Amino acid sequence: MKFGIYPGCSLTGSARDYNESVFALAEAFGLDFEQIPDWNCCGATAAHNLNKELSLALPARILALAEKNSLEEIIVPCAACYSRLVVTQHELKKNPELKNRISEVIEMDYRGTSQILNVIAWIDKYIIPKLDDKIVKPFNYKVACYYGCLLVRPDKVLNYDRPEDPQTMDIVMSKIGATPVDYPYKTECCGAGFSISRTDIVSKLSGKIIEDAEHRGADAIIVACPMCHSNLDMRRPDINKYWKTEYKIPVIFVTQAIGLAIGLPAQKIGLKRHFVEVNIS
Amino acid sequence: MARIGVFVCHCGENISATVDCGKVAETIGKLKHVALSTEYKYMCSDPGQTLIKEAIKEHNLTGVVVSACSPRMHEPTFRKACAEGGLNPFLCEMANLREHCSWVHDKGDLTTEKAIDIVRTQVEKVKLNSALQPIKVPVTKTAMVIGGGIAGIQSALDIANTGHKVIMIERSPSIGGHMSQLSETFPTLDCSQCILTPRMVEVAQHPNITLYTYAEVESVEGFIGNFKVKVRKKAKSLDEKACTGCGLCITKCPQKKIPNEFEQGMGMRPSIYVPFPQAVPNRPVIDREHCTYYIKGKCKVCEIVCPTKAIRFDQPDEILELEIGAIVVATGFDIKHADFFPEYGYGKYKDIIDGLQFERLASASGPTSGEIRRPSDGQVPKNIVFIACAGSRDPAKGIAYCSKICCMYTAKHAMLYKHKVHEGRAHIFYMDIRSGGKNYDEFVRRAIEEDHVNYIRGRVSTVFERDGKLIVKGVDTLLGAQPVEIVADMVVLATAGVANSGAEDLAQKLHVSYDSHKFFAEAHPKLKPVETNTAGIFLAGACQNPKDIPDAVSQASGAAVKVAALFSQSELTREPLVAVVNRYAPPFYSTCVGCFLCQSVCPYQAIEREDFKTRDGKVVKTVAKINEGLCQGCGTCVALCRSKSIDLYGYSNNQVYTEVMALLNEY
Repeated sequence: MKFGIYPGCSLTGSARDYNESVFALAEAFGLDFEQIPDWNCCGATAAHNLNKELSLALPARILALAEKNSLEEIIVPCAACYSRLVVTQHELKKNPELKNRISEVIEMDYRGTSQILNVIAWIDKYIIPKLDDKIVKPFNYKVACYYGCLLVRPDKVLNYDRPEDPQTMDIVMSKIGATPVDYPYKTECCGAGFSISRTDIVSKLSGKIIEDAEHRGADAIIVACPMCHSNLDMRRPDINKYWKTEYKIPVIFVTQAIGLAIGLPAQKIGLKRHFVEVNIS
Repeated sequence: MARIGVFVCHCGENISATVDCGKVAETIGKLKHVALSTEYKYMCSDPGQTLIKEAIKEHNLTGVVVSACSPRMHEPTFRKACAEGGLNPFLCEMANLREHCSWVHDKGDLTTEKAIDIVRTQVEKVKLNSALQPIKVPVTKTAMVIGGGIAGIQSALDIANTGHKVIMIERSPSIGGHMSQLSETFPTLDCSQCILTPRMVEVAQHPNITLYTYAEVESVEGFIGNFKVKVRKKAKSLDEKACTGCGLCITKCPQKKIPNEFEQGMGMRPSIYVPFPQAVPNRPVIDREHCTYYIKGKCKVCEIVCPTKAIRFDQPDEILELEIGAIVVATGFDIKHADFFPEYGYGKYKDIIDGLQFERLASASGPTSGEIRRPSDGQVPKNIVFIACAGSRDPAKGIAYCSKICCMYTAKHAMLYKHKVHEGRAHIFYMDIRSGGKNYDEFVRRAIEEDHVNYIRGRVSTVFERDGKLIVKGVDTLLGAQPVEIVADMVVLATAGVANSGAEDLAQKLHVSYDSHKFFAEAHPKLKPVETNTAGIFLAGACQNPKDIPDAVSQASGAAVKVAALFSQSELTREPLVAVVNRYAPPFYSTCVGCFLCQSVCPYQAIEREDFKTRDGKVVKTVAKINEGLCQGCGTCVALCRSKSIDLYGYSNNQVYTEVMALLNEY
């Protein structure tokens, strides 16, 4: 079976590690990806702050391209892209007039039939059932699963996991041998896009997320969003400077953790690309 | 020949401001068969009614059309006036010129024309009306009260004191309901048990009340005055007459690890148990689901120790068949439990409890003998946080309504805590303080001013545990939306009040409507708050919506009065606007072909089967027959009948057809 994959900007840039781990997992489990041809920007936070039509047209074009290429299921590893695509599908489904208008804008036929999967849903559906035979090194660590905001919200649109105390990542992690800690900062804000403009805010917010994970004795923070990862990992020096701390806890993508458990080399799953050294194997 | 009188009402200016009433009366007066057409400012007033009465006699009218408001309010008024004028009341019709015309249109010729059309349809209809006689049905003067909480108790006692028999059904082993679990009650802080238990005893001892505990309604058939109710008396595994209530079996039962429902899971009970010391009846039951004997086939310790040999392991459930005249539903409410609030940690952390659990902690008969000690380690909490509106008024959680009682009981909880733990600090997060009620707001002020409870206006986002303390993160919206973080030892959630388990099932058995939250629906939100849409079934207490004790008791007494009024008559009179299946002389009997499609769609189970037999008893034809006592005249069967064998008195197919034709034809 062939899936579409929509990488978005981050997976080809700052989150190449994430991208490599997703592809490595797919290869290991015999799953085939086809990148959506001629894909464009999802609009991210900028588009829907400026122009509603644009914010729907950009993702609609991506979905229309997937439909055109008969990609019934699309995996969207970036939580922000995932949110934009699902929100667009939702908005256009409930408003046929708008759907026609957007079709005109993108000059493409849009039906809204593609299934959009975030990375955890994809793991749940295609990796977990085949996981048991593949585990060579159970991931025997205490982990703090950090979901961030866009993976589970807005609840009514995504309808994925419970919005305030999500569980899906914890369940996936326990399946590879990890022990998820009771972690109340699961969905607290990491600072998101302020990563670029206001690193002080990111330092303050992300610092709390890291502090609680360390305090609860977690060996790693597990994430499924490139933005969360860059705030918790790339901004670590700023965080440590802001809070006058020396937090060393690594931040690992859920796909990387599974990669380790099934014995993939660190190099192959992008673990060498992190800013905070990953002393977990 | 028909002689119709038409009376056009101005309704003050309600109709005449937009409809030219004079022109309506004049135009209608020219129609065929209209003997009189007149107008008046207030037709419902005494002179207006007299006008109708005298016109009936003077013009020898055969039908009356009052062109005024909706029939909902004044149809009975004008029917009565016609009857007093010597006309069969069912020969009176109303044309709705107010709600259907003057209120919804602007002044103008078209509006007046529409008014004329509305009156014309009724003139044509009333010509086909027939003189009907009210239906009489007998009354069984025994009431059934379902639910033995404070509302049920009040209703049962009030009905019983009017001299009528009452049968009370309670599904748990004792009556008392949630009120028996409460510590003190607002706004007086008097002990709940002290005011409740005498009333429970009164129920048990009242000569007019028969009490069945551990019993549930199995099925309900029949209609007002004539219900047939089947009740399942669950096996208590005990001969209640032989049992003396000594309690030896309870102390000797080896299975002692069952979460105690009465203590909201904060204590344990054995398999054979009495829910609480003041239970009525004070006789144990065996919980067969947990009893070792029923699970493993051996034990029987209770049977061995019982001095009066009262244990009956093989006792079956018993089905009682009861004849009932009226039913009061008082099945109460429940509160939302675990998993509803993952972000508040309920069910995850031991020291986060709900309001009913706090009641048990504060109760002198509770698991801590009234000392406020937290469940995890028995320590007295130094810092306690109460969260009001945990679920209520939160559409995102699916509960948009206010649970009404939480503001008051949360103030009471904080107060009780401060009275018991003087040096402790109590915080309440709230949205608004809703303390409407006699002496209620004064009570809340007392909590704030005298007991120094810290009220914080804002919601809580999350509660979690860190280093053995509970961290409550919220916002203070009166301090410019400042984030607030309180380190607490215990958190009490005022979780939303919801419909009791089984409410939907019971509502369906009773054919009573219920809302999307499974609360029973009243017949009218303002003017019929204790009636249901099924005649003879009344509501009392929190099964309708969450309410406090005074409200529940008031409504219970209201329901009792409705029952007493019903029982004051020897027979009941019902409007004869019911469906009827036609009958002809043999050998046709009826055009009904006996397909009984009508039976499957009738919402009131009013359609029966009638066999026509020859003299030697051979069935020659089976046709449908309407039970006039049950039929509510909705007309569903009429619409569905394939052979046009059913018609509705007062709204026959022919009448409706004539109305339509009146609109289509020129006049």
